[in-house]
Amino acid sequence: MNKLAGTLLFLSRSTSIWSRNIRVWGKLAGPSLMGNFADPLMYLIVLGYGLGRFVGEVEGMTYMAFLASGVICTSAVNSASFEGMYSAYTRMEVQQTWLGMLATPIGVAEVVFGEILWAATKSVISVGAILIVAALLGLVENIGALMILPVAFLTGLCFSSLALLVTSSAKSYDFFLYYTTLFITPMVLLSGVFFPIDTLPSLVQWVAKVLPLYHAISLVRPLMTGGEITSIFMHVFILIAFGSVAAFIATYKIKKRLIK
Amino acid sequence: MNVISPPSPIVKSVKLSKLYNNHQVVNALNLSIDAGCFCGILGPNGAGKTTTLRMLVGHCPMDEGELSVLGLAMPENASLVRESVGIVPQMDNLDPDFTVKENLFVYGRFYGMGSEELKIRTKELLEFASLEEKADCKISELSGGMKRRLTLARALINKPKILILDEPTTGLDPQARQAIWQKLRELKKQGLTLILTTHYMEEAERLCDRVIVMDQGEVMADSPPKELIRDEIESHVLEVHAASEELVARLKQDKSLARYEKSGDIHFFYGEKLNEALDRLEQGKHDDFLFRPANLEDVFIKLTGRDLRE
Repeated sequence: MNKLAGTLLFLSRSTSIWSRNIRVWGKLAGPSLMGNFADPLMYLIVLGYGLGRFVGEVEGMTYMAFLASGVICTSAVNSASFEGMYSAYTRMEVQQTWLGMLATPIGVAEVVFGEILWAATKSVISVGAILIVAALLGLVENIGALMILPVAFLTGLCFSSLALLVTSSAKSYDFFLYYTTLFITPMVLLSGVFFPIDTLPSLVQWVAKVLPLYHAISLVRPLMTGGEITSIFMHVFILIAFGSVAAFIATYKIKKRLIK
Repeated sequence: MNVISPPSPIVKSVKLSKLYNNHQVVNALNLSIDAGCFCGILGPNGAGKTTTLRMLVGHCPMDEGELSVLGLAMPENASLVRESVGIVPQMDNLDPDFTVKENLFVYGRFYGMGSEELKIRTKELLEFASLEEKADCKISELSGGMKRRLTLARALINKPKILILDEPTTGLDPQARQAIWQKLRELKKQGLTLILTTHYMEEAERLCDRVIVMDQGEVMADSPPKELIRDEIESHVLEVHAASEELVARLKQDKSLARYEKSGDIHFFYGEKLNEALDRLEQGKHDDFLFRPANLEDVFIKLTGRDLRE
């Protein structure tokens, strides 16, 4: 089998995992959308109005416009992380859905990649929904904001890979609290979701700039407000780098866990 | 006249070994299974049955030895082999989010099967599994037996050449078990090679052409079940329950007694006729006894001992 045929087979098998998941999602879309979409929207509107009055303008835009980009990225992070942890763990351990898949010609890498693709798709779905509301609220500058969707997908790829890496070592659902409390929450607080990070001490700024969320926001904010994106390749590179390293290790560890 | 050459083994292993934490779970296993055979693997818990099955489909890396399935070397060709193998796992892993029909459909997708092909195949399999009326039910609405039949149907979606079943009837009621047996016999008639593990001797005795008894990762016996019973054990067993030592001592004097064992308060006398012992029992007052032909369970116990395996 040549390389191209091999890649196509890999992709088509991963897509069959993806389509299995989207089929399940179709049955439960209502409550699922609520969580991914209503929750961040409340933050946006309540904090935007409430805090916005005190804050005034931030970086030359209204506080709500500033916050919208942050909330959109956080929603991409949360959707992908939840899917890569709680849902993936359920399929790996509780329901043994993955073992069922592995009884077919599908291999571990294809399962993991299919799950990553799906979790990133969920990021796009929730970001898309928020984006529509943000547009209705007048927070979107121009049609270029549609480019936020691929950024949401990329952010979803990155954070679902990280989440699957956590899942590969999880012994129970409780384990995920370490990751959300010790990594996701501080990252969301420090990456420029709620305020520009240049108010932070330089060491903290430096930490924030190493983490992927800052780079997602750096891409989304100018797209929302019609500003100019700087260092686009670096931002994209960091998201891809985190995602691919995590996906690679996660695949290795999940293989060790299931094929033993 | 057509000369049909004997089928080359569909599964062949040479000195296949697996270690877990320095414990030899499968120990230099030499195995050769011909196409069309219904092969049962028996053994106490931890004998290495499930590990062996897992190695056959590349779900468990091998530590030593060689293994080929369908003439393909393992584990390199695991994915290719699984295209022609169906697996019924010990624990049901049906998709609880889907209906019965969707379970088959989505599973077929994992093999890359197309919608049209799957529509036909799903219909056939629902009929085979007697689940036509449950096609649109959720998995949680099915009984244990129905779930197992659906798992069996799902394992057949790709028209496999080999079907691997890990304790397919554990936990089922007698009716449900017989229904599964009937389906398995039908598959055997269609020419499938079936490899099954079970703890039910009766199941192996009724279904299998060949029984492999494993213990501690090694093959203890390997024959058709009737031959095992004929060759490995005395023809009859006399079980005497809660007998006094004096009675046991007298029964042991039977000249046709070949072997005696005690387990708890049950005394087992193995032999050909055991006429003298039976006469004594019939003359005496002790009536809590059973005289019966030896069966596969007796062979199993003889080969693997009476110790509990936990």
